[in-house]
Amino acid sequence: MPAKGFRISTILLHAALLLGACVMALPFVWMVLSALKDLSQVFIVPPKWIPDPFVWSNFKDSLTALPFGRAYFNSFYINVIVVFCQLLTCSMAAYAFAKIRFPFREPMFILFLATMMVPGQVTIIPLYLLLKNIGWLDSHLSIIVPSAILNAFGVFLLRQFFKGIPKEMEEAAIVDGANRWTIYFRIMLPLTKPALSALGIFTFLGMWNNFFYPLIFLNSPDKFTVPMMLNLYRGMYATDWTLMMAGAAIALVPVLIVYIIGQRYIIEGVTLSGIKG
Amino acid sequence: MPVARVPSFIFLEEGRLIDMKVQAAGPDASTSLTREKVKKNFLKKKTADNIWGFVFIFPQLVGLICFSLIPLILSFVLSMMNWDGFGERTFVGFENFAAQFKDEEFKIAVINTAYYTLLTVPTSIVLAILVAIGLNKVRGKILYRLIYFMPNITMSVAVAVVFMWLFNADFGLINLYLKEWFGIEGPRWLTDTRFVMPSIALLSIWMGLGFGMVMFLAGLQGISSTYYEAAQIDGANKWQQILHITLPLLSPTTFFVTIISIIGSFQVFDQSFVMTSGGPAKASYTMVFHIYETAFVDFTFGKSTSAAVILFLIILTLTLFQMYISKRWVHYED
Repeated sequence: MPAKGFRISTILLHAALLLGACVMALPFVWMVLSALKDLSQVFIVPPKWIPDPFVWSNFKDSLTALPFGRAYFNSFYINVIVVFCQLLTCSMAAYAFAKIRFPFREPMFILFLATMMVPGQVTIIPLYLLLKNIGWLDSHLSIIVPSAILNAFGVFLLRQFFKGIPKEMEEAAIVDGANRWTIYFRIMLPLTKPALSALGIFTFLGMWNNFFYPLIFLNSPDKFTVPMMLNLYRGMYATDWTLMMAGAAIALVPVLIVYIIGQRYIIEGVTLSGIKG
Repeated sequence: MPVARVPSFIFLEEGRLIDMKVQAAGPDASTSLTREKVKKNFLKKKTADNIWGFVFIFPQLVGLICFSLIPLILSFVLSMMNWDGFGERTFVGFENFAAQFKDEEFKIAVINTAYYTLLTVPTSIVLAILVAIGLNKVRGKILYRLIYFMPNITMSVAVAVVFMWLFNADFGLINLYLKEWFGIEGPRWLTDTRFVMPSIALLSIWMGLGFGMVMFLAGLQGISSTYYEAAQIDGANKWQQILHITLPLLSPTTFFVTIISIIGSFQVFDQSFVMTSGGPAKASYTMVFHIYETAFVDFTFGKSTSAAVILFLIILTLTLFQMYISKRWVHYED
């Protein structure tokens, strides 16, 4: 029976995969455990993993050392607005591109796809000058508005989903004389909840983690988002490792929660983004 | 029956009128009236759709024009100008580009970025394929996938802060364990010009592995099991199957992931900005770093934009190449 050989190779495979999983997870584990340590425990050789005693106040200290709470609030409210606006505007555009026939539909959709290839770093300088002229620099508008009404990837993602919904779903409504808005809002949108969740999660993660735009558009520390504040920390408390780890852990908590709740959507969305190629 | 084309803005009103007519005729009105109504509704829809389509895409279209198209066009214009953001704008043609190619810092940035690409892309692709093949039919796939993909979605700044400590020459975990387990005196990862790029590459491989893994897992799903069954009948072992079935059939995915990874690695910035500020001695100074520094530290917008345009052209070429090749592949499968 080949069962025995099969079992040994399975055990080896699991051992290798587990080792890899440890490498992937250890930086996070180290971060959380170190965030709970006394600063004196940090420099012990060989390294001690388990804090003794647990210093929970590190989290409080890191939140008060700099206006971290403020940054948290900023990031959250910016995210809520951007996610909401993107779900609305992207799904509207996606519905039109998938289900409505109108002049120049295809060329315009190709234009959307084409802008997905333009990396943000390329347009950052004109965008900066543009925002400066409108007077939006160092204001959250500079972070919110461009993201709220432009996400070509989102349009693409949702369009794929709308395309999969059979015509019959809306035909009945058309017969009844319902207008496009009613069809979109009452019939199509409820059907796209999974795709909307995926896009919402992507947008949330992208916005929460984004460092480049806030770095360039924002100046005042009271307007900073979480990654900006964490970077400021790094500059000011470079040797206070426990405080920095606590800050990093606090910054990562929402990301990890969203990830674990929405991992199925995230992985489906990532896969879909690859199919376009 | 000829139906007059009516301007679409009165459709709503007319729709209501028809409804009223049908109601007036009573529930048992002739079916021909209903059919008429259906036909009319569909025709109305067709013309009305011309307007609805634009209404629906309007917000995103405004966003596209204001925050992507106009900035992109301005990028090209600005790259041919000399401007510090305040004073006079002077048209200089391709002078900025010529200056870039003579600029020592730009050269360093391009070399560093290429070096970084070379360090990250092949390694992460090989690792991602290995992990994907290993995970494909294993128990607990979902849990493994959850862990392997986790670094991919985390905040680069937070992760960079954690890795700054891990890489720290005196107190970092890596060097402490190198000494403890192997008796090796570890390098000064982030402060040695020879080791800083490999360190950043290591962090990026750790972060990016999950993306490749997910793509390859999807690619593996697309390979029909009949190939393996046939190979098994022919007596091919696991390695032969991987070498002669899995890898060739995975090659479109491999190509796609390679191009996407190269594009991503040309945009590397956060890690070197947070961990090393481009140092030591500009050893981790990348192309985006160069764009950032010439624009927002030196305020030479024209010069900086010319570097951005060069970056754009590199990425555009890669993307078009990818599209061209993948189209040919699709053709071959037919």
